[in-house]
Amino acid sequence: MSFLINNFVELTVTGLVLGAVYGLVALGYTLVYGVLQLINFAHSEVWMFGSFAAVWVTVAVGVAPGSALPVVIGVLLLALLAAMTVSGGVALLLERVAYRRLIRLDAPKLVALISAIGASFALAEIMGLRDRIVGWFGLRDDLDPYVRSARDNTRFRNPLETEGLFTVGGYTVTNVDVIIIVSAVVMMIALDQFIRRTRTGKGIRAVAQDSEAAALMGVNRNRIIRATFLVGGIMAGAAALLYLMRFGVTRWNAGFLLGVKAFTAAVLGGIGNVRGALLGGFVLGLAENYGSALIGSEWRDVVAFLLLVVILLFRPTGLLGESLGRARA
Amino acid sequence: MTSGKASPDTESGSARSMAWGPRLGWDRGALARRVSGLPKPVKWALIGLLVVLLYALPLLEIPIISTPDTDFGAVLFTVASYVLVALGLNIVLGYAGLLDLGYVGFYAIGAYTVAVLGSLQAQWSWWLLIPLAVLFTTISGVLLGAPTLRVRGDYLAIVTLGFGEIIRLTALNTEWLGAAKGITGVPRPPSVELFELPHLQWEGATAFLDLDDKTTFLFFGVADQAPYYWLALTVIFVILGADRMLRLSRIGRAWEATREDEDAAELMGVPTFKFKLLAFASGAFIGGLSGALFASRQGFINPESFQLLLSILFVAAVVVGGAGNRWGVILGAIVVAYLPERFRGFEEWRLLVFGAALLVLANFRPQGLIPPRRTRRAQAVDEQLEALEEGADRA
Repeated sequence: MSFLINNFVELTVTGLVLGAVYGLVALGYTLVYGVLQLINFAHSEVWMFGSFAAVWVTVAVGVAPGSALPVVIGVLLLALLAAMTVSGGVALLLERVAYRRLIRLDAPKLVALISAIGASFALAEIMGLRDRIVGWFGLRDDLDPYVRSARDNTRFRNPLETEGLFTVGGYTVTNVDVIIIVSAVVMMIALDQFIRRTRTGKGIRAVAQDSEAAALMGVNRNRIIRATFLVGGIMAGAAALLYLMRFGVTRWNAGFLLGVKAFTAAVLGGIGNVRGALLGGFVLGLAENYGSALIGSEWRDVVAFLLLVVILLFRPTGLLGESLGRARA
Repeated sequence: MTSGKASPDTESGSARSMAWGPRLGWDRGALARRVSGLPKPVKWALIGLLVVLLYALPLLEIPIISTPDTDFGAVLFTVASYVLVALGLNIVLGYAGLLDLGYVGFYAIGAYTVAVLGSLQAQWSWWLLIPLAVLFTTISGVLLGAPTLRVRGDYLAIVTLGFGEIIRLTALNTEWLGAAKGITGVPRPPSVELFELPHLQWEGATAFLDLDDKTTFLFFGVADQAPYYWLALTVIFVILGADRMLRLSRIGRAWEATREDEDAAELMGVPTFKFKLLAFASGAFIGGLSGALFASRQGFINPESFQLLLSILFVAAVVVGGAGNRWGVILGAIVVAYLPERFRGFEEWRLLVFGAALLVLANFRPQGLIPPRRTRRAQAVDEQLEALEEGADRA
């Protein structure tokens, strides 16, 4: 208990940082659920591919820590772009391979879930076996820095050096903390505006509300579904870079745990509710941190899983209620 | 069975639902009909022969199917334990249509009961531990099922997934349960050494008795694993009998009705919640039994043995084989467990291959390799109706 009180500020800030990442990944679950009422189980792998894209950019550019600020910003932006592109691409691929046929045939949810679980494991394994796979093409040696020790942790060399900005309650808040929380909030506002104001956003809301009526009004449902997956993927890509800036390592199977937690965040905020995703992320990040301070850090994941089970049982509509369609312009 | 034209919008449903997708051309009922058309004594003789063959497998060491690199008895035990798990999960997923992604949790509870009470905290007899393990898992199945079975189908999958991970993490973090280093010296089944059985040795197509390589009948040791396989096989036969009786009973029909359309079943007077809970508990029972056998064969367990991916492999076994058909899921379990053991180097690719298989099957053949007979019949009726409707349109 005293540990919680003495480190309250630190726990709060790191909880918010974690929560920001959870919230951004949760968007992928929330958007797809809002439009299709399906759990996009493989979204965690979308995030994982984005994180590797960011790592590979820094490997390819090879920028040393402590470079000039414009160079650092340039590399980070490049990594962000790469992560967003790869994540968006994987999300579109997922829609094409795992969902499109089932959506067209109006298959039951359970079949779509099994399809997504299969896709999730196949994608994770592809990343875990990437050294073997490039070996088939005889590229093993050329691509060595990218595929080396495929089953181990892959480190991200952050070109931006972590610096303390100001101290509150015994904890020095760093520039990375601020960047992560601010960019998550900014992206969430941008997405909210996108869904409220643009034509595509209107389409997303229409399909979420009543997909048949939307189709009758001239909304191209398939295009909207693709757009939804793409937007979710882009947000996961951004989350991947932010995560790496703070935690520094990724792994072929890192997606699973983060995915379950992000899904928890989405359900906590009210699945299908875009604003709820960030709120749910923050609440989950804080709950995890406070919880592990109280009962021991090895129970961190158990706290998250218990929270998930308890919400699903007692308040499956989440904090803000679940609806993408009800977010009116 | 089927309510005519399939409404595409069944909420929780696997079932009739599992019946769409492209159809295979040949008549798979033909062999079954020919066998069931035989006179009764011949049929029983055939079945008896098959059973004897199954028991003799580790002794025969047939060249093509036996594994050169590992003890064939051990491989057969692994396959048998997957078959057992698949039969249990089939009740939950196949009969009742509930997707359980935390099935490994029950497997773990069974294994941990035997290990903790048989080695780490007490030295109870194996004969006492097995029923206890089964009792604990069944109770935990009811405890988990009672609150969770009220949530909708896809949420149930996520809740059970969370439950499976909570079990593993609890074992990992609790000193009393052996924590990360696991538990050694798990009790083995008591041995009754009766007589010795020689293995066969093959040279080309001729077989010789190999008098140097003998299995002591019912000596549960470390080196020779054939007795564990015989034990597991016996359990499978018992479970198969129980499974058959359950399926043909009122309970089996209630499960099927619930899976097909919960609301309709409820209206017809089926207490669906009670039957879902029963399915969950029966599944947990078999999962726990299988876990207990696994632990007493292995002699050592740690939380690593109960990863989530095991749950996914179990689901893959059931879905690949054909959820709801016990012969289908047995085939699925054999595919999932045996191929990696037979072909070295396949082990690494196992999850990739079965992940992709789940993806492809869900899209193109959600009813699995061998779908249940009633699903096939429902499918045929659906097709007939469709043909009739088309005919009416044209007229």
